[in-house]
Amino acid sequence: MKDHFSDRKYIIMAMIVLPVIFFIVRLFILQVMDPSYKLSASSNVLRNVTQYPSRGLIYDRNGKLLVYNQPVYDLMVIPGQLAPFDTTEFCSILGITREYVDNELQKAREYSRFRSSVFLKQISSLTYAVLQEKLFKFPGFYVQPRTLRKYPKDIASHVLGYVGEVDRRIIQENPGYAMGDYLGITGVEKTYEEELRGEKGVNIFLVDVHNRIMGSYQDGKFDVPATVGNDINLSIDAVTQEYGEKLMRNKIGSIVAIEPATGEILSLVSAPSYDPELLVGRPRTGNFRQLSADTLNPLFNRALMAHYPAGSAFKVINGLIALQEGIINEHTNYTCPGHYTVGRLTVRCRHHIAPVALPAAIQYSCNTYFCTIFRDMLDHPKYGSVTGGFNVWADHIRSFGLGERLNADFTNELRGNVPVAGYYDRFYGENRWRSLQLVSLAIGQGELSVTPIQMANMTAAIANRGSYITPHILKNVENTDANPVSRTKHETTIDSVWFEPVIEGMYRVVNGPDGGTARLAEVPGLEICGKTGTAENPHGDDHSVFIAFAPREDPQIAISVYVENAGFGSAMAAPIASLIIEKYLTGSVSRKWLEDHILAADFINREIAETDEQEN
Amino acid sequence: MSRKINLWSNLDWLTVMVYLMFLIIGWVSIYSSVYDDAHQSIFDTSRRYGKQLIWIIAALFIAAAVLMTDNKLFLFFSYFFYAFTIILLIAVLFFGTEVNASKSWFHFGGIQIQPAEFAKLATALALAQYLSTTKLKLHDRRALLSLALIIFFPVILILLQPDVGSSLVFFSFILVLYREGLSGYWILFFMLLGVLSVLALIINEINMLALLLLSSFAAIVFILRNFKVITKGTLIFIGVSASVMGIYRLFSPQTLLEVQLILTSVTASLVVLIISYLSRIKHVPIVLGFLIAAIIYTYSVDFVFDNMLMPHQKSRINIVLGFDDDPMGQSYNINQSKIAIGSGGLTGKGFLQGTQTKFNFVPEQSTDFIFCTIGEEWGFAGSSLLLALFVFFLMRLIYLAERQRSPFARIFGYCTIAVFFTHLVVNIGMTIGVVPVIGIPLPFISYGGSSMWAFTLMLFIFLRFDAGRMEFLR
Ligand SMILES: [Zn+2]
Repeated sequence: MKDHFSDRKYIIMAMIVLPVIFFIVRLFILQVMDPSYKLSASSNVLRNVTQYPSRGLIYDRNGKLLVYNQPVYDLMVIPGQLAPFDTTEFCSILGITREYVDNELQKAREYSRFRSSVFLKQISSLTYAVLQEKLFKFPGFYVQPRTLRKYPKDIASHVLGYVGEVDRRIIQENPGYAMGDYLGITGVEKTYEEELRGEKGVNIFLVDVHNRIMGSYQDGKFDVPATVGNDINLSIDAVTQEYGEKLMRNKIGSIVAIEPATGEILSLVSAPSYDPELLVGRPRTGNFRQLSADTLNPLFNRALMAHYPAGSAFKVINGLIALQEGIINEHTNYTCPGHYTVGRLTVRCRHHIAPVALPAAIQYSCNTYFCTIFRDMLDHPKYGSVTGGFNVWADHIRSFGLGERLNADFTNELRGNVPVAGYYDRFYGENRWRSLQLVSLAIGQGELSVTPIQMANMTAAIANRGSYITPHILKNVENTDANPVSRTKHETTIDSVWFEPVIEGMYRVVNGPDGGTARLAEVPGLEICGKTGTAENPHGDDHSVFIAFAPREDPQIAISVYVENAGFGSAMAAPIASLIIEKYLTGSVSRKWLEDHILAADFINREIAETDEQEN
Repeated sequence: MSRKINLWSNLDWLTVMVYLMFLIIGWVSIYSSVYDDAHQSIFDTSRRYGKQLIWIIAALFIAAAVLMTDNKLFLFFSYFFYAFTIILLIAVLFFGTEVNASKSWFHFGGIQIQPAEFAKLATALALAQYLSTTKLKLHDRRALLSLALIIFFPVILILLQPDVGSSLVFFSFILVLYREGLSGYWILFFMLLGVLSVLALIINEINMLALLLLSSFAAIVFILRNFKVITKGTLIFIGVSASVMGIYRLFSPQTLLEVQLILTSVTASLVVLIISYLSRIKHVPIVLGFLIAAIIYTYSVDFVFDNMLMPHQKSRINIVLGFDDDPMGQSYNINQSKIAIGSGGLTGKGFLQGTQTKFNFVPEQSTDFIFCTIGEEWGFAGSSLLLALFVFFLMRLIYLAERQRSPFARIFGYCTIAVFFTHLVVNIGMTIGVVPVIGIPLPFISYGGSSMWAFTLMLFIFLRFDAGRMEFLR
């Protein structure tokens, strides 16, 4: 067959050869002529050193530093670049054993010959200074600067939480993390990990055979600087927080204080607590184990996680519900014979002036009054049945943020418990239960349980006359407009007109006249409104409870105090709340004797002493 | 019996030897690129080099099977095979596994098949069949249309996956058509298109417009050399431009300036074109026609680039054109690749001594960027030797293609050459940063079974034709 175009093969050959020649010239330039891609014989290794960002700092609401960073150094190794070295000197500088060296090198080799592994974590600045001088004797090793958390004051450890190293599970869930990265494990460190973390960077260095850094590769053209994490300001007031922790020394319990108008958490104390420094760096694992084993459970954040009965403090809510539902008005009064008796059931009351209307009933914490109005409501024909009445009651309760997580900016908050009708159905049978069986709810006992932060939030809702803003601990993040917290305003189901008689009662609890259950809490001029409570504890002495806000008009602080096994609310919780309110509003404490009395109280060692006695 | 002995002695063993060398170079380079102390055996099948050995052995079986087959079979089934591949390409759009946002792979248990790799072979067979059986002339419009259909049908299906890299390879078949008599102007035309596209992206629209207008003006001045006519034409051009611009200013001043200018110059050129055509002035209408086409084309390139490409494709093009300087993004990969190759020096760091290609600095270091490992460990000497070997291989294939007596075998041979050549140029060009990062493998060297088998099939079908070239006469 004839083929007219066979000469075109030469053009095609040229089309193939020309680009390849172009490539070969290009390769010659790249590999032989251009010095920028060449690593000379004396500097034959590139080293990528991760630049770890320092975490953002944490401040309190007034700009007081709560958390900062201290430098430490990780010793890294690249097995492929190792040369024989003086192990004895090496070990003596670092204070490690030969076995440790062999072990770690073996592990590093198994991981990768060419990638760096951590050889020794968190060397102090002091050791680092010595090591740096001699590092040239140990090719293949280099030092990686890191930062650890440092705390100017031993406060707010539960709020701040701690930072730890990522594990395999975290890396699988968040591909952004790599082995060796740190992240917040609890508290604010966890909630605001994104803001605090910053971004890693990388520096590429030229390293010669003597392990000396010869400089930045290509003048740092390929380096990426680390971005420091954003600083954050908390709503915590460091002074109040510190004072609260001081007052709770040798006690078990919790204090939560909230600014009612904003929902900002002013202090969040869980006692007993621990020194945040214990959970930093290499000693963390050991200390953590020890803290976990402590029977007083200092790692447990009682403010968010402890379930307590609401106690008599809950009567104010029952009063509000009865007003809203039209069961009573503020003048409705009942007499009190000193006990509430129906059939075989008797709820005891203390001796007080009678008959009482709502303000006085709160003032004297009259059990008879609240049992009566609670049952009147549940049995009211307008609900059709006890179940119907109960459901209306429970809806009101939930509108105060009880029985659900408040979604304050913590991940470990618990929801407490507001019982549902179904619970009683299972227990007694459907529609087989009567108001009498639920009467303990009238005085804050029974199946209802709350967390201290829920009680503080409930108090804030009362102080606001019917609304609250989701409590939160973050004021703002520096350098960002975005606000990570949802600050939703929630309206309770109680109209604001019903609050005055209840607040009048709470005012009289503290300020009288004619006696109140917490007269010890009075501070002239501060107009503290409060309510005592005694949460029945089946396992031992009752818990002392107090909720309060102040001043009466335009409230600045709402607080809940729980002191476990401390008996009556008036005994411990009320003075503590009063002292904190005074300290927060006036900046000082006028009643030194009361403060001393509280500081001297010891419910931990007393218990231990008692246990010892029993054992003897 | 005698036929088999014939086949054995007629097989081009030189090509087979080079083929085997490629396979071994690839296998060893993959070993080196993913080497670590924990898995030292090159036969460890849990590692990529172990798997590559399995692909290689399978490829050798495929090669042997092809050589045993009667080559009339390929002739007979070429259209059938083409149709079958088209069905696979459609099926993969529905049943394929999505990897990196494109559906290009079938997964059968542990085996992955990429139909686009086999589509190259099928298209080559169909093309050879069509070109050799019809007594067509390549300037016949209907023949060109059919050829374009054969080539671009799979291209469109592959673009739908989307896999831009694989689809580009099909354009290389134009080289085959050129060899078979397609006008050389087509090659020039495609080259011009390429240059225009690059210019359109590098230069901003207004400068591009000025450049096109000036060069056409220069061309017309050069052709006409008649001062009077030129002045007249220029005045008409300016007049029309001014009035179109005026209309814009009056009625729609908010239109983008670029759009105004482009539409103005297109209108003005069109008016001058019509006038010059009616006045029977030679060549000028053609130049102006080209001008209008070029303006529209450059504008549509910008439009496609801005509105239709995916972000990663844009950034790849930007890097090669020298726009993007994001050190951790796409250009980071190319830089790492260049550093790795550049650090190899004249003679390289030696086998397994490379450092850059082992830190995962270089992406896809055993597949698309395998040339980095070779460049780093064997230096300029090794990498240019490999390129020389490829040139030798392609020259040898041209020699074999030219000695075929059947047009089918020759055309198929040139298809093979075109595919290998494109893969070579794009792959190496990308690792040394002169071509955008288009993920296509280096034939026989890169890790992966699908591409290796497809390349082996192509090569050995051609070698089978070559070995049996005498049979065809009978
Ligand atoms: Zn009473």
